[in-house]
Amino acid sequence: MDALLANGEILIDLALLTMLVSVAFVMVRSRHLFVIVMLSGIYSLLSAAFFVSLDAVDVAFTEAAVGAGVSTVLMLGAMLLTVRREKPTRTGRTPVAILVVTLVGSALIYATFDMPPYGDGASPANSYMGEVYIDRAAKEIAVPNVVTAVLASYRGFDTLGETMVIFTAGLGVILLLGAGSVRGGKAVKDKPDGETPS
Amino acid sequence: MSIEHLILRVVIKIMFAPILLFALYVQFHGDFGPGGGFQAGVIFAVAFILHALIMGLEETKRVLPVGALKILMVVGFLFYAGTGVATMLLGGNLLGYDAIDPASTHHAGQHWGILLVEFGVGMAVSSTMVMIFYQFAGREPEIRDEDW
Repeated sequence: MDALLANGEILIDLALLTMLVSVAFVMVRSRHLFVIVMLSGIYSLLSAAFFVSLDAVDVAFTEAAVGAGVSTVLMLGAMLLTVRREKPTRTGRTPVAILVVTLVGSALIYATFDMPPYGDGASPANSYMGEVYIDRAAKEIAVPNVVTAVLASYRGFDTLGETMVIFTAGLGVILLLGAGSVRGGKAVKDKPDGETPS
Repeated sequence: MSIEHLILRVVIKIMFAPILLFALYVQFHGDFGPGGGFQAGVIFAVAFILHALIMGLEETKRVLPVGALKILMVVGFLFYAGTGVATMLLGGNLLGYDAIDPASTHHAGQHWGILLVEFGVGMAVSSTMVMIFYQFAGREPEIRDEDW
């Protein structure tokens, strides 16, 4: 039964990863921006499913909410401001590009041979600080979810910085695209329809 | 906007409150299960973004005006930073939540501190997300069906 479960999990992982790669390929080949935005949402949803299979539910949650949800909508909103199709690119094959891609790709694949096997308790990610957090969170923070304990308490200052980043991103968008009142009270195209901005 | 997309309108009217409720659950249950301020903030924002997509931006802005969002963005961030300053004033380190309730034997201060900063994160993230959406969507008066 255990062997069956383990094999089933490998099958699910393989299926998810295959779908991820195929979605990525279709995204590269497509020139229709609406299709690409929708596929990027599907890509996020697939990676969220993959994170669940890796038992990283907090990451999966964030990926599903932010990647598949909000950023797809924001990309659609951004797409409305531009044309619907990507400009056709020159399709000449440059041998230098293929050489660079092949070299970097094989270097990356070669590097994966040194990676610890999945779920290895002695891997660097699972020892040192990770182990310390898991050992000490229960008695020092007394919060059942270790991820929250690390995020909000041990690394509270980091999370303060992250919140600052989100705030700054919002501020940047306001300054670039212009909220009505930022430009001296002049409404920027918030009217129902017809009127074009000057 | 005329009464088109009737099914979508009915669906968002039914879904709006449960989405907000789920966001609040994720927000305040973050220290027991998966979730927290970031995810809750995004889910909270999604309810309003869906509303704006289907009912039109003007309708949503009547409920959640741009001015209110600006204040919420700042207050959310300052809420987080303020919690840190408060723990310093109570004699602890910046964001050292044990200073909130030093007498507690089961780290109630940590619990309070995490709840407070997550609340700040949720407020800042949700208002920023809706704000960014407003900025993008506000540039085009209305999305016509043939635009897709």
